[in-house]
Amino acid sequence: FLFYIFRHDDLKEMLDSNKDSLKLEAMKRIVAMIARGKNASDLFPAVVKNVACKNIEVKKLVYVYLVRYAEEQQDLALLSISTFQRGLKDPNQLIRASALRVLSSIRVTIIVPIMMLAIKEAASDMSPYVRKTAAHAIPKLHSLDPEQKDQLIEVIEKLLADKTTLVAGSVVMAFEEVCPDRIDLIHKNYRKLCNLLIDVEEWGQVVIINMLTRYARTQFLNPNINESLLEENSEKAFYASDDEEEEDKKAEPATLAKRKPYVMDPDHRLLLRNTKPLLQSRNAAVVMAVAQLYFHLAPKAEVGIIAKALVRLMRSHSEVQYVVLQNVATMSIKRRGMFEPYLKSFYIRSTDPTQIKVLKLEVLTNLANETNISTILREFQTYIKSMDKDFVAASIQAIGRCATNIGEVRDTCLNGLVQLLSNRDELVVAESVVVIKKLLQMQPEQHSDIIKHMAKLIDNIQVPMARASILWLIGEYCEHVPKIAPDVLRKMAKSFTNEEDIVKLQIINLAAKLYLTNSKQSKLLTQYVLNLAKYDQNYDIRDRARFIRQLIVPTDKSGALSKYAKKLFLALKPAPVLESPFKDRDHFQLGSLSHLLNAKAAGYQELPNWPESAPDPSVRNVEVKDSIPDWSKCSSRKDRKEKKVEKPFYSDSEGESGPTESADSGNFLISLFHRMSHVLLHHSHSEQSSSAEDRKRGRKAVKNQKSASESESESESSESEEESEEESEEESESDTNVRKKRTPVLKQPPKQSKKESKKETQEMSLLDLDDYEPAPASASVTPVNFLSSSLVSDLEGLSLTDTILAPTTLAPSGSIKMYELLHRIKGEGLAVEYCFSRQPFSPEPNMVAVQIQFTNNTNSETKNLHIEDPRLQSGMRIREFAEIDVLAAGESVTVVMGIDFCDSTQAANFQLCTHTRKFFVSIQPPVGELMTPAFLTENDFKKEQGERTSALSRFNTHSCPSDCSFSSKHLSFFSFYVAVSL
Amino acid sequence: MLAAAKMIHSLFLVNASGDIFLEKHWKSVVSRSVCDYFFEALERATEPENVPPVIPTPHHFLINVLRHRIYFVAVIQSEVPPLFVIEFLHRVVDTFQDYFGVCSEAAIKDNVVVVYELLEEMLDNGFPLATESNILKELIKPPTILRTVVNTITGSTNVGEQLPTGQLSVVPWRRTGVKYTNNEAYFDVVEEIDAIIDKSGSTITAEIQGVIDACVKLTGMPDLTLSFMNPRLLDDVSFHPCVRFKRWEAERILSFIPPDGNFRLLSYHVSSQNLVAIPVYVKHNISFREGSSQGRFELTLGPKQTMGKAVESVLVSSQLPRGVLNANLSPSQGTYTFDPVTKLLSWDVGKINPQKLPSLKGSVSLQTGASKPDENPTINIQFKIQQLAISGLKVNRLDMYGEKYKPFKGIKYMTKAGKFQVRT
Repeated sequence: FLFYIFRHDDLKEMLDSNKDSLKLEAMKRIVAMIARGKNASDLFPAVVKNVACKNIEVKKLVYVYLVRYAEEQQDLALLSISTFQRGLKDPNQLIRASALRVLSSIRVTIIVPIMMLAIKEAASDMSPYVRKTAAHAIPKLHSLDPEQKDQLIEVIEKLLADKTTLVAGSVVMAFEEVCPDRIDLIHKNYRKLCNLLIDVEEWGQVVIINMLTRYARTQFLNPNINESLLEENSEKAFYASDDEEEEDKKAEPATLAKRKPYVMDPDHRLLLRNTKPLLQSRNAAVVMAVAQLYFHLAPKAEVGIIAKALVRLMRSHSEVQYVVLQNVATMSIKRRGMFEPYLKSFYIRSTDPTQIKVLKLEVLTNLANETNISTILREFQTYIKSMDKDFVAASIQAIGRCATNIGEVRDTCLNGLVQLLSNRDELVVAESVVVIKKLLQMQPEQHSDIIKHMAKLIDNIQVPMARASILWLIGEYCEHVPKIAPDVLRKMAKSFTNEEDIVKLQIINLAAKLYLTNSKQSKLLTQYVLNLAKYDQNYDIRDRARFIRQLIVPTDKSGALSKYAKKLFLALKPAPVLESPFKDRDHFQLGSLSHLLNAKAAGYQELPNWPESAPDPSVRNVEVKDSIPDWSKCSSRKDRKEKKVEKPFYSDSEGESGPTESADSGNFLISLFHRMSHVLLHHSHSEQSSSAEDRKRGRKAVKNQKSASESESESESSESEEESEEESEEESESDTNVRKKRTPVLKQPPKQSKKESKKETQEMSLLDLDDYEPAPASASVTPVNFLSSSLVSDLEGLSLTDTILAPTTLAPSGSIKMYELLHRIKGEGLAVEYCFSRQPFSPEPNMVAVQIQFTNNTNSETKNLHIEDPRLQSGMRIREFAEIDVLAAGESVTVVMGIDFCDSTQAANFQLCTHTRKFFVSIQPPVGELMTPAFLTENDFKKEQGERTSALSRFNTHSCPSDCSFSSKHLSFFSFYVAVSL
Repeated sequence: MLAAAKMIHSLFLVNASGDIFLEKHWKSVVSRSVCDYFFEALERATEPENVPPVIPTPHHFLINVLRHRIYFVAVIQSEVPPLFVIEFLHRVVDTFQDYFGVCSEAAIKDNVVVVYELLEEMLDNGFPLATESNILKELIKPPTILRTVVNTITGSTNVGEQLPTGQLSVVPWRRTGVKYTNNEAYFDVVEEIDAIIDKSGSTITAEIQGVIDACVKLTGMPDLTLSFMNPRLLDDVSFHPCVRFKRWEAERILSFIPPDGNFRLLSYHVSSQNLVAIPVYVKHNISFREGSSQGRFELTLGPKQTMGKAVESVLVSSQLPRGVLNANLSPSQGTYTFDPVTKLLSWDVGKINPQKLPSLKGSVSLQTGASKPDENPTINIQFKIQQLAISGLKVNRLDMYGEKYKPFKGIKYMTKAGKFQVRT
């Protein structure tokens, strides 16, 4: 004990020293103590001091310690929290992630609000790795404080919409743990999850597949509902127990009534198609997950493909074999045909562990039918010679089951078993007796010689179960062996007191039955046995003796029942059904722990029954995906797109093009180009008067874009290459192609407007597309109305050189882009975004209106929000917004300020101040946003328009427009002019 | 309802003598007394490998795997696919083996800090986080003798200074910035024959399982393709995640960006339709006579279908019946041992010389008075044949794209006995 105190003092000293090497040594020793299960909690204060240590290994070991002991030392643990809170705001994503990981692992209830906030923030972090960590943190917080469930579900919902493979597995895991019954959250993400699945890391795949199995069971129809019932019945002719058949009969009219052509939901098909390649995974858990999915969801004809993969798993470690065999055993009852070709893979080797042998035996028995029974029985014969006696016993039972199930071999089996009765090993004999007893019950008349043979065995065999079985047999069929039976009873009466209880009960039974059939010979013996039993130590036996005496021995007092004694005792008893212990185990989801244990484990989610009629499939429609087919119909590249959706083992588009790029972005990009090309084609075609040359150019442009998109989706080149390609293309386009190409397009609007002058939004958004290509790289894609926000953010992700996706929030209208002024991590909870509202700034007509949105993500109020110390280029002016006094926690507020950029694209720098902090921020206008409002009559507008269009070539040479915007009722033209003047 | 904490709660490592020598908890601490249920099961089991992999206890479930005579016992609180846990535990063992060369109690105790750091990275809250060996090695450098010496002198650490960028990559199995002066890629095609041969020497079942293990040390981000002369032989395959599945489906070509270092590229199964060549035969005569305390024991081995290659490293083992007391045998070559306690006979034969077939002859003594054993021992055989893939599988070519240099390439073939049993 003293030694320990000394040692710990030693460690404390080392931890307090200045040298990292000493600290490290101390931490290593402490961790070794923890690993051995020794208590190191008294070192907590000394250790926690080092939480901010510069040395990475010391830091990591401190984390290990902290996570282990924080729960026990809650107050002291709080000392470390600020370090992690600082870490959460680190510019490095990996440090943010690790801070969140440790923070969420500290099980201290008092920090629940801090954790909640951290998770919420991390869930919208720009780094997918941090978002993944946030998903991991959700179950931690949930188990710490289940009351946070509702808030956590919101976060889960948000993360489920995430399109990166990194996040998918983790968030589904969180979903399964926190709200597995909220199937409705999955609808919109279902197709995405199916498509991402192959690229998700293997552990995530398991979780997703299991969840989707349950999902599919609630949303789709049973694919086997209309399968020929006849076939089904013949399939399970041998195994179908009576009640099962009855069930079928009951089900039959119902199914017949409902029978109509079954059409599989395309989403159901999608799931089956996308999971199939995963049968080739090296991870046994993934293979098993797919196998159970197919077993529970696939049409009968397709289930077969899983057999090969499952048989492959049997080559793996014995624990894997054990689990796989359990599942194969269950499957082989329902779908025997599936495993028949692999019969030999289940042959048993003497080196297999007993538990594996027994399971293989189970499978072999399930697979036995008329055609293969002779091979299987030959195999069983060798098993009986094994040295492993437990296995021999199981083999004998297996033979018994084959004999009951397959009538043709019953006699062969029985003869074989009778031969075993002369085996030297008593266990073998005993097991055989028990099995023979069951078999004989099926046809006792023909086998009185076997019964005689067994009666002789009673002298030698000691195993109680076997003795009991023999006695029962003789009693039951005493009429077949009238001479032997009383003699056996005589012997048993002698040894009665030394027998085991089950044997004693059977002796009483035998005595009673003999008394009823042959009372002359056995009356006294019976009396004797009953007297012995009367004073037995076991009350069951005493009880039984009293009961039987009352029943069979006629006395004056004996009741009405004794008349029926013979009927009671010698009634014809039904033969036992030898059933597989795995029968009906498939009501548990296969591959689950509950299935393995054949008992519901905590947290098990029932596999729902198929619905009678399918719920509305449109719930899975996602806007973006919906719009794609419409737009791509006229495009020759449709098939290409579809090919993309059906992704290869890992989506080829990814290459090295940056980890944060969502796997889907390729698709989205293509779909965008679809639209663009469509728009261009549309215009050049509808422009009847335009020259053939124009048309050619239009097509050329389309071709250009095609090649660009191709290179992007297919090339495995690095992103920088892609980018440069894109850029260079843009450049060249802007130099020559685009200008020319634009001509026909731009000529068109006036005409069109005349024709369909009041054509509204959609048309407008089409035209809007031509906005695409303004100069500043950060805004190279100007979002347009009909693109969903996700598409926009995807595109932005592509155009950034950085591998990090800028978090984007779009104004509700979608057409105005929000820019970030202050990230909430930098702003310590205060997030500021701005947009150019494209509206006149009334106080000063020269100024551009900038709409600023403040969001307070902290838990406390932020006060006195105002601008200070603007640093502007000469000539630039700023009109501040009125100070915001108070911004409550979680609230947002929007203000408008005016900036006169002097027609330059220089940034306006200023400080954003709260009551506690100041943040340097800057607003740089993209060219297209610099506009002055002007009022024109419709005629003026048209005139102006005509001039602009005809003078287009002149505009092309302009480097930057000064005042290029018009305010007009004809908003649809508005965007054109922006484009033109650029 | 109380929140069900899923996945792996705690891990205990138990050695052959039943001592817990390491524990790690990812959530609240679970008392090690939970292992008592495991010890009970261990006592009940006749053989070490007969402990049920899943043991239910009143509040937990114990899922264990046995490797290298160490039980890895994971504690689970609620429903989780058992294979998920088992597969993960095996991955842990593989990682230890990869790091320390061997996965033994001594190695784990010596490197307890690295073990702890590894376990910390591999699971987050009981859910697997980083199991890819390349990522782990970026995070935690494997200990080498040199580094241990340097570390003690300079006080530097095993923990990588770099951040684990691999975790963020779309090719998480490959480190970035790999550099070698000699660029090499070696592939070993190893096939194992699983067979059961009956008394008379005819084959009851035989199948070939193969793997391609690779050791790739190439600079940068090479993109490799490997094609076969006869890919149709491969009936059922499972891939390392790096292999592009579509390409295999369409062209039967393995196309992949390899992990750095050693990895298993592919495992395959050769379709059972093909007849499997059995390279060795065994002539045996093992008999016990009633009433006699002696039994006769004769074994002769010979080559069968070896495609002209030598059969090497032959090892014969057999579990003799319990009644056997001792064996008095003389081998024509090699050495034999008989353990009177476990009754295990093993004969290290070495190479089979077709001119002079190896044999093991003599007598076995039985317990006096005991009746003749009615079971016959099975004979397990191990062997190796170099430079031969018994299925006939041949690699056609290996090409590299994406990098400029010329790598050195090598392919080796080998056939081994898998579970090769002869019943007598």
